[in-house]
Amino acid sequence: MSGTFEPKIVAFSCYYCAYSAADLAGSMRLQYPANIRIIEIPCTGKVEPKLLLKAFEDGADGVYVAGCMEGDCHFLEGNYRAKKRVQRVKEILDEVGIGGERLDMFNLSAAMGSRFAEVAKVMTERIKELGPSPINAEEKSGLTGSPGPDARGRLSEHIEGDRLEEKVGDTA
Amino acid sequence: MIVAEQKRLEEISSLISDAAKVLIVGCKECVTVCLAGGEREVEILASTLNLKGKADGNPIEIVTHTLQRQCEPEYVKELERVLDREEGIDVILSLGCGVGVQFIAEHYPDYWVVPGLNTTFAGGTLEEGKWAERCGLCGECVLHRTGGICPIIRCSKSILNGPCGGSQDGKCEVDDGVDCAWQLIYDRLKGLGRLELLTVLEPPKDWSKARHGGPRAVVREDVRL
Repeated sequence: MSGTFEPKIVAFSCYYCAYSAADLAGSMRLQYPANIRIIEIPCTGKVEPKLLLKAFEDGADGVYVAGCMEGDCHFLEGNYRAKKRVQRVKEILDEVGIGGERLDMFNLSAAMGSRFAEVAKVMTERIKELGPSPINAEEKSGLTGSPGPDARGRLSEHIEGDRLEEKVGDTA
Repeated sequence: MIVAEQKRLEEISSLISDAAKVLIVGCKECVTVCLAGGEREVEILASTLNLKGKADGNPIEIVTHTLQRQCEPEYVKELERVLDREEGIDVILSLGCGVGVQFIAEHYPDYWVVPGLNTTFAGGTLEEGKWAERCGLCGECVLHRTGGICPIIRCSKSILNGPCGGSQDGKCEVDDGVDCAWQLIYDRLKGLGRLELLTVLEPPKDWSKARHGGPRAVVREDVRL
């Protein structure tokens, strides 16, 4: 299955670090898997458990939250809060049978373009190993298409903020 | 406020195991403040049950609605519109306290109503994510004699003339993580210069005004319509 399965992975990326790191990865012409759908968020502290669960409900095979290095959050402790929430949602995913390993959190700075690409590769490989999410194993395995406008709309409903700009797709 | 905790997912799943369509009802009062059954928790639980249903190969349809208060008829009646709009609801899963569950059950006799929370105590928020019991709902308050610290609920033995011999270094012998209520009372009265209050013996309490006298009700004729 891992030969044909191309997972959909949503990366909630903090504007102040990971999102800029993704930009840098693009500027550096670094290659990373096209499976990553980046969604810019104002701070990882904005990530609610519901948002992470919603991504899985809408068909993501894997999700990760990419925030600032610990101690370097622009809003002081948003990434610490996100870390706890991600841990809680991992437990929920284990309980419901999706698997907590499909969700993770990474810390990186805006200067870590190559680390961003590395994280994208690590998550893609991990999700390929795991196979499709159990809830869309039958209907979506092997699909490589990008999320449709409906999926984007549904996800963006759960993120608020005037500055928020949603980016879906490969930025490399 | 009433403090409650969400039941474990396994138990909630078993309560709705026969249902194809579930209405989850939240409450915007106490259980929102203690992060157990407000709008946010309702949505998280809805997503969780949706994912579990699909992962188990037994998908269920979930509808959500959060009432201003589950413990007042005028708000509980709001559910009529939801139930009219959504046909075929098998179970109403209330994320209110025990009062809310019962009010919904009383108002909708044709529906099976189950609790999603364990109602724990009457207390308050100590800090984010930490709540503690502060009132035993005994029906006859004695806080004016104990410096505003309740011996009924904060003393493990509910002693009215404390402390007991188990008070060690300001902690309770039942659990050394718990402050001795009577040490707290002594310290507070001493600080306020009111230690003479401790020389007055408290007579045996009339527990008939507490739960021991059976279910209680309050009636105010002056405000009835």
